[in-house]
Amino acid sequence: MLAFVIRRVGEALLVLFIVALVSFAMFKFMGDPIQSMVGQEATLVDQEELRERLGLNDPFPVQYVAYLGRVLSGEFGISYRVGLPVEEIILDRLPATLELALLSGLIAISLGIFLGIYTAIRRDGFVAHFIMTTSLIGVSLPTFLIGVFLIWIFAVELNVLPSYGRGETLDVFGVPLSIFTLDGLKSMILPAVTLGLYQMTLIMRLVRSEMLEVLRTDFIRFARARGLSNKAINFRHALKNTLVPVITVTGLQLGSIIAFAIITETVFQWPGVGLLFINAVNVVDIPIMSTYLLLVAVIFVTINLIVDLLYFSIDPRLKVGGGSKGH
Amino acid sequence: MSEEIVLTVEDLIVEFPTRKGILRPVDRVNFNIKKGEILGVVGESGAGKSMCGSAIVGLIDRPGRITGGEIRLQNERIDNISHERMRKIRGRRIGMVFQDPLTSLNPLMTVGEQIMETIRVHLKISEAEARQRAIAALEEVGIPAASSRVDAYPHQFSGGMRQRVVIALALAAEPELIIADEPTTALDVSVQAQIMALLKKLCHERGTAVMLITHDMGVIAETTDRVAVLYAGRLAEIGPTKDVLSNPSHPYTIGLMASTPSPTGSTERLSQIPGSMPNLRAIPQGCAFNQRCTKAISACFKHLPILEPVDKTDVACWLYDEAYKDEAAEQSKTQLKEGA
Ligand SMILES: Nc1ncnc2c1ncn2[C@@H]1O[C@H](COP(=O)(O)OP(=O)(O)OP(=O)(O)O)[C@@H](O)[C@H]1O
Ligand code: SF4
Ligand SMILES: [Mg+2]
Repeated sequence: MLAFVIRRVGEALLVLFIVALVSFAMFKFMGDPIQSMVGQEATLVDQEELRERLGLNDPFPVQYVAYLGRVLSGEFGISYRVGLPVEEIILDRLPATLELALLSGLIAISLGIFLGIYTAIRRDGFVAHFIMTTSLIGVSLPTFLIGVFLIWIFAVELNVLPSYGRGETLDVFGVPLSIFTLDGLKSMILPAVTLGLYQMTLIMRLVRSEMLEVLRTDFIRFARARGLSNKAINFRHALKNTLVPVITVTGLQLGSIIAFAIITETVFQWPGVGLLFINAVNVVDIPIMSTYLLLVAVIFVTINLIVDLLYFSIDPRLKVGGGSKGH
Repeated sequence: MSEEIVLTVEDLIVEFPTRKGILRPVDRVNFNIKKGEILGVVGESGAGKSMCGSAIVGLIDRPGRITGGEIRLQNERIDNISHERMRKIRGRRIGMVFQDPLTSLNPLMTVGEQIMETIRVHLKISEAEARQRAIAALEEVGIPAASSRVDAYPHQFSGGMRQRVVIALALAAEPELIIADEPTTALDVSVQAQIMALLKKLCHERGTAVMLITHDMGVIAETTDRVAVLYAGRLAEIGPTKDVLSNPSHPYTIGLMASTPSPTGSTERLSQIPGSMPNLRAIPQGCAFNQRCTKAISACFKHLPILEPVDKTDVACWLYDEAYKDEAAEQSKTQLKEGA
């Protein structure tokens, strides 16, 4: 198992190394930082001097290593537009995105698994058919449309939920969070549902099809022949056997919730890193863009690693010494 | 051996409604199994052997269901009782062993957990006691070091050992009847005989009745007391194993015996029965075997033959009916001439 973990961590680092290369390349080849740093009156000589001082004339690998060193020590550059260190700006925005992603992930997973089991067990029922049909809408409509639609119903027509912003926030260890105030929570509902809907549908459909698959297997048939109750069969035997693929997809989906947050945050003017990124793209604020890219990569890789480790706690066949003694 | 009858199947019909009409994988099947007796069930693939077994334990896949006849366990009907009562019979009074031990066990639970779980749904005993029983059950089926192997996962056992675990599971609550559906087909030839011997020994010791579904005539000869031959969902012949094997009466059984390699390993060409079993959608009127039967007479194409005693077995064939004796004799004469 240790060898496996080491290998996975190695792979994760390799991925991050490559993403860092891409995000560094953005610096290097997209726009000239000198142009955006110096004023109108700077002479070509001034510019050249600055270029030399910043190490921009060094060979590419040297610059890349220097960049990696800065990244590792937590320096991500200065935002072209705001003029503040990027890490400060992002850290300031990150809690908003994380709490939103967490809530919508929670909604997506709990509702997705629950509805998946329900539609699998009651697969011929009317309600199950209804859920399956409506869920198609969840996967086929683009996120922003769903967001706009929800705003129209709940904010404009019914006027029960706010349509933009974080609402009231409460400081927890100096971090402002919406989730702990009623007003903040209300503000989170629409964006969280919008953000999680696609993932929820996906998880639901996956759990359903995996459940149906498992319910057809011999060991479920044998479990029935042993006289086990439906509850034991559905939950103890079937559900657990669907978990490995479900966790894989769920993990990836959580990663993409963070990535998809760009759209949702824009629609709901949610002041998180997604909105920050979109604004940065508009003004080609390279340091922000490349750091955002790195951040998303780190999140994806971390989730992937956790998913891989979770397999071990679920499936005994993967454990060391569990090699088959027969065939 | 006592003559107490454990299982009675009477005129059992199983039907599947489909868009193109109703299919009958089991059609008026009759048999019983006595305490301690092993009844073999043979027949080509699709003959309805497994379906009979599923019907008995109430596990026919939807939309199929029992539409006629009765199934009685110790004289109590079990074909028309509630799902919940049937569930309590499964595993407790009727145990099942399926073909493939590799897929019969839940890969994510230890074998001990699975045995304990089975014991504890049926018997009100403590966890510790169930564990002792699980270990004892594993010992009984010949798993070495049972007290430590009880915590192993299915993938840590070989195929033969896994089938032993499955047998331990089937016998865990000491059922009166075991239905074993091709229990050795998926195993290495080398362990097949061991598993059959184990099943036979345990059931004899406990007086468990066994319905043994198999393709293997060798297994039938060595293991069973009586044998039932199914063809297209219908019973063709049933009787004591030695009589069916040495002196079959139904033309299908005769063909089946002839196409089985003899233990002496003779090299003479096996007389395969030409043709194949009819599709469930295209079962001919009269005897289902009439398309392939070389002895068919006029009645075979009109009326369904019913089971009647012939010599020491029960046979469903018009050849042995008094009313058609003469025609049958005539038929075999012309065939002899043609052959000459
Ligand atoms: N779900 C189903 N719907 C319709 N027909 C079915 C269904 N399951 C089985 N059958 C049919 O019932 C018939 C009997 O099948 P069964 O599985 O009992 O055969 P078998 O004698 O056990 O064959 P084998 O030796 O291959 O196991 C077959 O013709 C099969 O096509
Ligand atoms: S009833 Fe007729 S067709 Fe059927 S087995 Fe007997 S002789 Fe052949
Ligand atoms: Mg079968």
